[in-house]
Amino acid sequence: MAQRADPVKRHLGLTAAVFTVAVVVLAAVGIATRIEPASGLGPGDWAAVRFTVHQALWSAGISVLLAIPVARALARRQFFGRGALVTVLGAPFILPVVVAVMGLLAVFGRNGWANVALDFFGLPPVSIYGFHGVVLAHVFFNLPLATRLLLQGWQSVPAERFRLAAQVRLTPWAMFRAVEWPLIRQIVPGVAALIFVICLTSFAVALTLGGGPRATTIELAIYQAFRFDFDLGRAALLSLTQLVLAGGAALLALWIIPMISVGGGQDRPLARWDGRTVSQRGLDVLFVGLAACFLLLPLFAVVLRGLIGMPLVPQVVWQATGASFIVAVISVLVLCLLALPMAGWIASKRSGGVEAVGLLGLSASPLMIGTGWFILINPVMNPADLALPVTALINALMALPFCLRILVPHLRDTMQDFGRLSAALGLRGWPLWRWVVLPRLAPQIGFAAGLTGALSMGDLGVIALFADADRATLPLQMYRLMGAYQMEAAAGAALILLVSALGIFWTCDAMGRRYASN
Amino acid sequence: MKALTLAATTFIAASAAAADTPELTVYAGDYFTSEWGPGPVIEKGFEEFCNCDLVFSTGDLLPRLLLEGERTKADIVIGLTSDVTAKARATGLFTTHGQDNGVLTLPIEWTDDTFLPFNYGHTAFMYNTTTMATPPASFEALLAMPDDIKIVIQDPRTSISGLALVLWVQSVYGDKAEEVWGKLAPKILTVTKDWSSSYGMFTDGEADMVLSYTTSPAYHMFAEDDQTKKAAIFPEGHYFMVETVGKIAATDQPELADMFMEYVVSEGFQKVIPSANWSLPSALPRAEWPEGWDQLDLPEKVLFYNETEAAAVQDQAIEAWRSALTQ
Repeated sequence: MAQRADPVKRHLGLTAAVFTVAVVVLAAVGIATRIEPASGLGPGDWAAVRFTVHQALWSAGISVLLAIPVARALARRQFFGRGALVTVLGAPFILPVVVAVMGLLAVFGRNGWANVALDFFGLPPVSIYGFHGVVLAHVFFNLPLATRLLLQGWQSVPAERFRLAAQVRLTPWAMFRAVEWPLIRQIVPGVAALIFVICLTSFAVALTLGGGPRATTIELAIYQAFRFDFDLGRAALLSLTQLVLAGGAALLALWIIPMISVGGGQDRPLARWDGRTVSQRGLDVLFVGLAACFLLLPLFAVVLRGLIGMPLVPQVVWQATGASFIVAVISVLVLCLLALPMAGWIASKRSGGVEAVGLLGLSASPLMIGTGWFILINPVMNPADLALPVTALINALMALPFCLRILVPHLRDTMQDFGRLSAALGLRGWPLWRWVVLPRLAPQIGFAAGLTGALSMGDLGVIALFADADRATLPLQMYRLMGAYQMEAAAGAALILLVSALGIFWTCDAMGRRYASN
Repeated sequence: MKALTLAATTFIAASAAAADTPELTVYAGDYFTSEWGPGPVIEKGFEEFCNCDLVFSTGDLLPRLLLEGERTKADIVIGLTSDVTAKARATGLFTTHGQDNGVLTLPIEWTDDTFLPFNYGHTAFMYNTTTMATPPASFEALLAMPDDIKIVIQDPRTSISGLALVLWVQSVYGDKAEEVWGKLAPKILTVTKDWSSSYGMFTDGEADMVLSYTTSPAYHMFAEDDQTKKAAIFPEGHYFMVETVGKIAATDQPELADMFMEYVVSEGFQKVIPSANWSLPSALPRAEWPEGWDQLDLPEKVLFYNETEAAAVQDQAIEAWRSALTQ
């Protein structure tokens, strides 16, 4: 076999992977030191496992199915405000759960806009509560992520492909089979697995929109065991169950991803000649329009409520915003240190199995990692002193799988297209990154960093366990306001959260794209 | 990693800033120190005479104490509810509160000499007078209400008020609890993880009734001058909810801790607790409650399981709820 170029020095990638595993495993060890004999899973737990898997499969399936036509439409259309729409469509994914639920209820609730409209046309009301409500909420959260990841795949198709397809006058069906289907086959399994794992760890949304204890997920039982019953043995057992499910899904998905490259091009600007018939245009408008309504109306409700509450927002919320910014920035830094070497390492391997390591952080309950590290830190120093760094680290681990999914496919293509040439030129290490990888990967890095920062900003994470009065993050402060009857001020805080998270996301995303276009 | 280390060092340096005045570390629940929580008023009141610095440290009380164990920095722990006192007691971290339980004005008899109540309330279903002209006059009437009346409650497995609710149903109906939950099930719009989400759904008009506290109307009456949010009072009785203070045995500030305990049952503390915490004072005769508070609708009959009784029926009460609502 010909000598291959190492996109990065492998030991860096390996170190990052080992570090990731160590954070999770050490947390487990910390908990293990405090475990009392645990009883096995009861019938209620098995019901929770079944429900969890069932809803996660449906949520992931529907999110991905809907994302395909939306991403396809966004990929081949140019219209005014498209960039802004793509950014704002990402917002549901980074909203704190309680805010998103309030937004969804404003639209789909008993007195929500949807029911007001139905009533106006003399139609019976619909109820959001039930299994379909759980799926609807999860699609609301994850459709944007799926769309963005697919869209990115579409945009990685070299311009020459589309030009050739137009020259040989491929029919829409042939176009789909020759260009789009291979792309979908390569991206969808990974995206579906990612969303499956996210939905696996959902709990407050599932409970509220599922209408009660029928919608009990494993994560709820973990929360109950950690925070309420303080039964560490049970909590560890449940966390392990969740890890196995998530890990299984990840391995399965990464195993069925075909190892094909969409092929190299000459990095020409993308132009599309396909999809110009009236019916294709109509369908694209319909899909983008429906997705925009579905995602933007609840956000609009959040913004409206927030504006009303803005004047009531107390000073402490702004302090908390500052703390959250610090957490977000540290998370992004940690993320880059972990994700780039790992992505390079994974992209240089033929099989994608090692990417499962990245999913470890997401599938392990943050409560488990947080509690484990609390036990480990406590004998050495006051855990509250490390509240923000630990939160940032855990947030970075949560975001790692998304970022790997964003970075790896494109990096792999880049290395397949330019790896041999670079090797022949003796380009290795930093110069390789500087001249070959970064210019091509910058949009992806920007997107990944933006996503991490935004997620970190909106995540309540483990801060509640560690936090001190003056180190509260914005989401925590928002929950405190709600706990003190300040529902309106909390809505204002939610708006600040939404705007800051989107701001971070937009800044990183735009920086990445600008670097790439220069 | 540099960023982490840097941030860590900064925090350590900040927290190591030496204090000249003695410091009393008080662990409190998360909501406690927010601008609208009781923390700031309590801190100000105590520091007026203690010649010390009262420092609140917030977080999940019980998990944190259990995790920290002997290494806890706490001198005082405030906000432990009666459903966690058993676990807190079992840690062996607490000593006697040193105050006379006789000064308490609770509707139940309190004999615990470790955990000292500082406020109380009761579970209650709240309604909005503009949308519900005639609220249910009893628990039985609630069960008989049409199914299109929608109630939002909290999960007993993840929230204290949710747990109090299932204990309430258990204490009123005993073995018939599951049957009662069956009658309530069609009226239950949904179950939320915590009180805040439920309450938000009620104030947004998503639900007609919400499980909350008998003292919740006080917030709307006094802070918002809104008389439309009321608690339905049932003759069958309401479940008693109490928050307590405990003193850590190994405290390095025993005198200050005792002084704080004394402060908790003093008039200065008790008079501010109603409007600071939106709950009833534990050691203040009704005649001395702040103006307007005597207008609050309160139950005649109060139901309560002490921690031993609660531990005995808790699993059964939750299971009755769960199985009826998953039918």
